[in-house]
Amino acid sequence: MILSGGRGLRTFRLAVAVRSAWRACALTLLCASASFAAVNPAPLSPTNIFAPESTPARSIFRISGFVLEITGAIFVVVFSLLAYAVFKFRERKDDDGHEPPQVYGSNQMELAWTVLPVLIVVVLFLSTAQVIHRVQDAREPADAVQVTAVGHQFWWSYEYPQYHFSTANELHVPVSDASDPTPTYLRLLSADVDHSFWVPRLAGKTDLIPNHPNTTWIDPHQVGLYLGQCAQFCGTSHANMLLRVYVQTPDDFQRWVHAQEQPAVNDPSVVLGRTLFVTKACFACHTIRGTIAAGKVGPDLTHLMSRDTIASGILPNTPENLRRWIRDPAAVKEGALMPKVDMTDEQLNQITAYLETLK
Amino acid sequence: MATDSIAIPLPRTASRSVVLDWLCTVDHKKIGIMYIVYALIFLVIMGCEAILMRIQLARPESTFLNAEAFNRLFTMHGTTGIFFVAMPMLFGFGNYFVPLMIGARDMAFPRVNAFSFWMTAFGGILLYASFFSGGSLLHGGSAPAVGWFAYAPLTAPAFSPGHGTDFWILALLVAGVGSIGAGVNFVATVLCMRCPGMTLGKMPLFAWMNLVTGAMVLVAISPLTAAQLMLIGDRFLGSHFFDPAAGGQPVMWMHFFWIFGHPEVYILIIPSFAFISEILPVFSRKAIFGYPAMVAATAGIGFISLGVWAHHMFTVGMPSYGNAFFVLTTMVVAVPTGIKIFNWLATLWGGKIRFATPMLFCIAFLFQFLIGGLTGIMLATAPFDWQLHDSYFVVAHFHYIIVGGILFAIFAAFYYWFPKMTGRMLSETLGKWHFWIMVIGFHLTFDFMHVPGLLGMPRRIYTYQAGRGWGVWNMISSIGVIFQAAAILIFVYNLVHSYFKGALAGNDPWDAWTLEWATTSPPPDYNFDAVPVVRSRRPLWDIKHPEDPDWKYE
Amino acid sequence: MSATPVSVAAEAAEAQPLSRGRVGMWCLIVAESAIFLIFIVAYLFYMGKSLDGPTPREILTVPVITTICLLSSSATMHWATAALRQGKQTAFRLFWFVTFALGAIFLIGTGREWHHFIYQENFTIHTNLFGSTYYSLVGLHATHVAVGLIALGTVLLLALLGKVKQEHSERCEILAMYWHFVDAIWVVVFTVVYGLGR
Ligand code: HEA
Ligand code: HEA
Ligand code: HEC
Ligand code: CUA
Ligand SMILES: [Cu+2]
Repeated sequence: MILSGGRGLRTFRLAVAVRSAWRACALTLLCASASFAAVNPAPLSPTNIFAPESTPARSIFRISGFVLEITGAIFVVVFSLLAYAVFKFRERKDDDGHEPPQVYGSNQMELAWTVLPVLIVVVLFLSTAQVIHRVQDAREPADAVQVTAVGHQFWWSYEYPQYHFSTANELHVPVSDASDPTPTYLRLLSADVDHSFWVPRLAGKTDLIPNHPNTTWIDPHQVGLYLGQCAQFCGTSHANMLLRVYVQTPDDFQRWVHAQEQPAVNDPSVVLGRTLFVTKACFACHTIRGTIAAGKVGPDLTHLMSRDTIASGILPNTPENLRRWIRDPAAVKEGALMPKVDMTDEQLNQITAYLETLK
Repeated sequence: MATDSIAIPLPRTASRSVVLDWLCTVDHKKIGIMYIVYALIFLVIMGCEAILMRIQLARPESTFLNAEAFNRLFTMHGTTGIFFVAMPMLFGFGNYFVPLMIGARDMAFPRVNAFSFWMTAFGGILLYASFFSGGSLLHGGSAPAVGWFAYAPLTAPAFSPGHGTDFWILALLVAGVGSIGAGVNFVATVLCMRCPGMTLGKMPLFAWMNLVTGAMVLVAISPLTAAQLMLIGDRFLGSHFFDPAAGGQPVMWMHFFWIFGHPEVYILIIPSFAFISEILPVFSRKAIFGYPAMVAATAGIGFISLGVWAHHMFTVGMPSYGNAFFVLTTMVVAVPTGIKIFNWLATLWGGKIRFATPMLFCIAFLFQFLIGGLTGIMLATAPFDWQLHDSYFVVAHFHYIIVGGILFAIFAAFYYWFPKMTGRMLSETLGKWHFWIMVIGFHLTFDFMHVPGLLGMPRRIYTYQAGRGWGVWNMISSIGVIFQAAAILIFVYNLVHSYFKGALAGNDPWDAWTLEWATTSPPPDYNFDAVPVVRSRRPLWDIKHPEDPDWKYE
Repeated sequence: MSATPVSVAAEAAEAQPLSRGRVGMWCLIVAESAIFLIFIVAYLFYMGKSLDGPTPREILTVPVITTICLLSSSATMHWATAALRQGKQTAFRLFWFVTFALGAIFLIGTGREWHHFIYQENFTIHTNLFGSTYYSLVGLHATHVAVGLIALGTVLLLALLGKVKQEHSERCEILAMYWHFVDAIWVVVFTVVYGLGR
């Protein structure tokens, strides 16, 4: 009994070993990052695609895991065969010098390794098609939050058609509770070249292409700040076109909306800077609601101070950084399309002081 | 004539005539070698561009390169790699060995062949002229900075002023004409120049695969040519093909480019399959397993690959059924490709494997191509691709196939056929060093490159912020390049050294079976004294084993 | 260092090897068709998408006569090569010349159409999407006709000098393949531009 069982036990052990090996191979990354996300509020990276926090990203995460398992299994099988063949059939030192038996083919085997992959492909395709359908063809609820996102070289503008205001570079959306889903639908447009909207933890990316409006949606489950960046090469400063999505409780979101809807603060103490904003041509490119500035070439500055960063996320919004930026934008962000405007230091201070009142 | 050679000092005439000889040659072997040397030079150039990029990316917020220079580097690196390294290298080997393997004395159209090479050569020179045609070299001269697929409307004059993009268009147009010439030549040669007895079913797989490649060149490069003509129209004549302001659709460019671009990658991999299909059997000492299936699979890949292009466009907002269609076609490619992998495995199975350097590269090819193919399947899963597209995961995928697959296959081909081309063996010792250092470097660079992709790192960014968790992985990738550079240096040294000092090869150093080994090394101008006559796929096997020839079984 | 003898027993040579000239021309035709295909797809895709006029309906008139000329040149080309194969020199030269002349008429027709558009209608490649696709597609075809005419003209010249013999009929037939292709493509271009497009 014991003797005859040996072989069976060995094969069993081998099977266990192989199985755990491929599990390990295929899922190390997945598990590592996923469990990181589960236990650690700060995942491996703020842009980890395996730490989803929104339905589309979750659907993708699930199908990804499935595909990783299948391909991992294929890898382990084929790799084992390869390793075995290379080891087993190597030419030995004591070789007799004869050629090995010549085998020209085998219809059965070839049929087998045609049919098997066909079956795998069918399974993969069906499960993929299902997810495509679920994410892409999801019906838009009537009360979804609407945002029109426009990509510019190298910054983002966001319009909220339901609320009649627009802002730039920092997107605010309400959290979507499972009991009361409030997804956000983004209409994606481009003002110049191709860009791509990619916040990995919320959804896969969708391109912004001139003359080709696109839509994507997110329904973040957790309050917080989600990062991402433009993922389609769009010119010199493509690397500096970062994305920030602020997910807020419904109350906070409404408060934010209300604040954004107000015209700009009119603080009489900075009238000099305000004049400069017009005389130095800033108004030609920027909008400050409540003043004559209504330019559309650059970001809306009406509530500039409500933003944490400037220049599409690359600099914290501090007085020094603002000053640095206005003094010479291209020195801060290569290729930025805001010109360097000639100013004395004093004028620079005045204009910065003015911008700092735009709460 | 006699007076001439007295009037002019002898050595000078000699060297000058050698140069002229090469410049004017229509001999497929010389043209093949010129393609190969040309591609090698560009391999080192594009590798140096990669080194610069990797230095820049090794750490977050690095200031080694500026944005403009970096954007130009990756555009030049990618364009060079595809059009002036991989294609000419593979065409070079094809040129040299297709006629030899089918027992012909030259390609079908020798002069077209020379023309094709010189067009390709001119294209590469034109592309690199852009570095020196104005602008500061520190910013990359006026080299193109639009990426190798040059999406509209970034290529419009408004967004790409200067002439960088024009150089890019013209270089590819010119090289494209050369490639089409080469495609015509491959098809006509294989169909019309076979020696007596060599029916289509008795050709070496090498010839079959180059036939398919040639046919694919015809249908794949032409769309690129057409699209480039439209782009020229847009840039110079004021047409509006890709001009959104006049109603033009930038998405059209994407379709046109990838209708070329996707078959293009199979134009690169199929000749690599051809190398493997010749080398692997010889060092396993067995006939290729399932020859008819291999032929069918090759044709199948060629055919299916014409219908998968939009898997590069899963994120452009196609309707869901469009996405699903391209998921299906793309995944179907795995079936014929799988047939190949399994047939190669079956060829190894039961053999007596000799681990000479060519074989080492072949085995590494199998391993690495397998992984690259499987990451391809992940990308083909459209939803997964919504995350992975234009991230470093894609960069890792295609370098896995291009470097780990194609470049490794090319190295295998070098070690295998160098003796035939020069009459001398490459050093096996240096070869093994080359192999192992390259394997280490390759895996350091490209295994770890998948991770930042999964962590959200887009490609084509010249800098990234600290705190994204990408730094470590990029550092490892960059370190790997040092090994790759060292390996390639060893390789180049091996080529040069062995060319002068290598052991003499003889006609048939590997005890191989196809016709090129039946003639001298290097072969004479006319290839064969007498036109060979064959009865099976392995004519030299039949001669070496008269008691058990192949034609009994085929 | 003599080469390994491969097999001396000369077996019956293969029946009729393919002509590499013909295969080469077929390859070229395939490649050219792919180029045309892309331009045609662009034409069809942009049909009716121009942001402003003129529209095809407003200015295009169907070039009936030149089309008849081009299409009949395929027939004369066929007769010319058939004649050469049978060694009928005069017939060959006559038909070859007529082919050339018909092709030239076609090209002149296109030239006049363009001249009219550019100078009378103020309609250029820059005008709108229709202009972009129209000039490029028709122009691409006209370029092929022009290249064909150059080749035909060269042969005509050689024929008049008496240099084109019966043994050259294969080469002439290969050139004829190209010419037939250019005609066939015109059928497609014509249908797209003057049929569907209007
Ligand atoms: C040069 C060669 C080459 C080859 C051979 C391939 C092969 C494949 N590629 Fe790759 N690819 C590139 C070069 C190549 N690719 C390049 C250069 C790019 C990027 C271009 C750019 O953006 O710059 C790219 C990008 C790319 C994308 C777009 C990614 C994106 O930008 O978002 C996709 C998506 O589907 C893809 C998929 C595939 C697939 C499915 C294969 C398949 O052919 C692989 C098939 C092989 C296998 C699957 C393994 C063996 C099979 C088995 C063992 C059988 C059993 C398996 C199954 C049943 C699954 N590739
Ligand atoms: C044939 C094709 C090919 C090959 C061989 C390679 C080889 C390599 N590639 Fe390339 N690559 C592409 C084709 C190729 N690549 C394409 C198509 C793109 C996309 C471009 C785009 O986005 O538009 C790309 C993009 C690309 C990127 C992404 C850039 C970006 O998106 O920002 C990176 C980054 O690491 C990279 C790295 C490398 C490296 C490290 C190698 C290494 O394997 C190179 C190894 C070679 C060497 C190292 C040369 C050896 C040097 C010597 C022998 C001389 C020694 C000299 C010194 C030491 C100074 N490549
Ligand atoms: C030609 C148009 C133009 C002019 C004139 C211009 N800007 Fe800008 N401005 C831009 C653009 C474009 C950006 C976005 C740059 C980027 O992030 O890439 C920008 C960004 C900014 C920002 C950062 C906004 C944010 O949220 O990130 C500030 C602040 C700013 N500009 C202030 C000014 C001031 C002050 C002046 C006048 C002295 C001025 N701009 C003149 C185009 C202009
Ligand atoms: Cu916008 Cu990249
Ligand atoms: Cu592809």
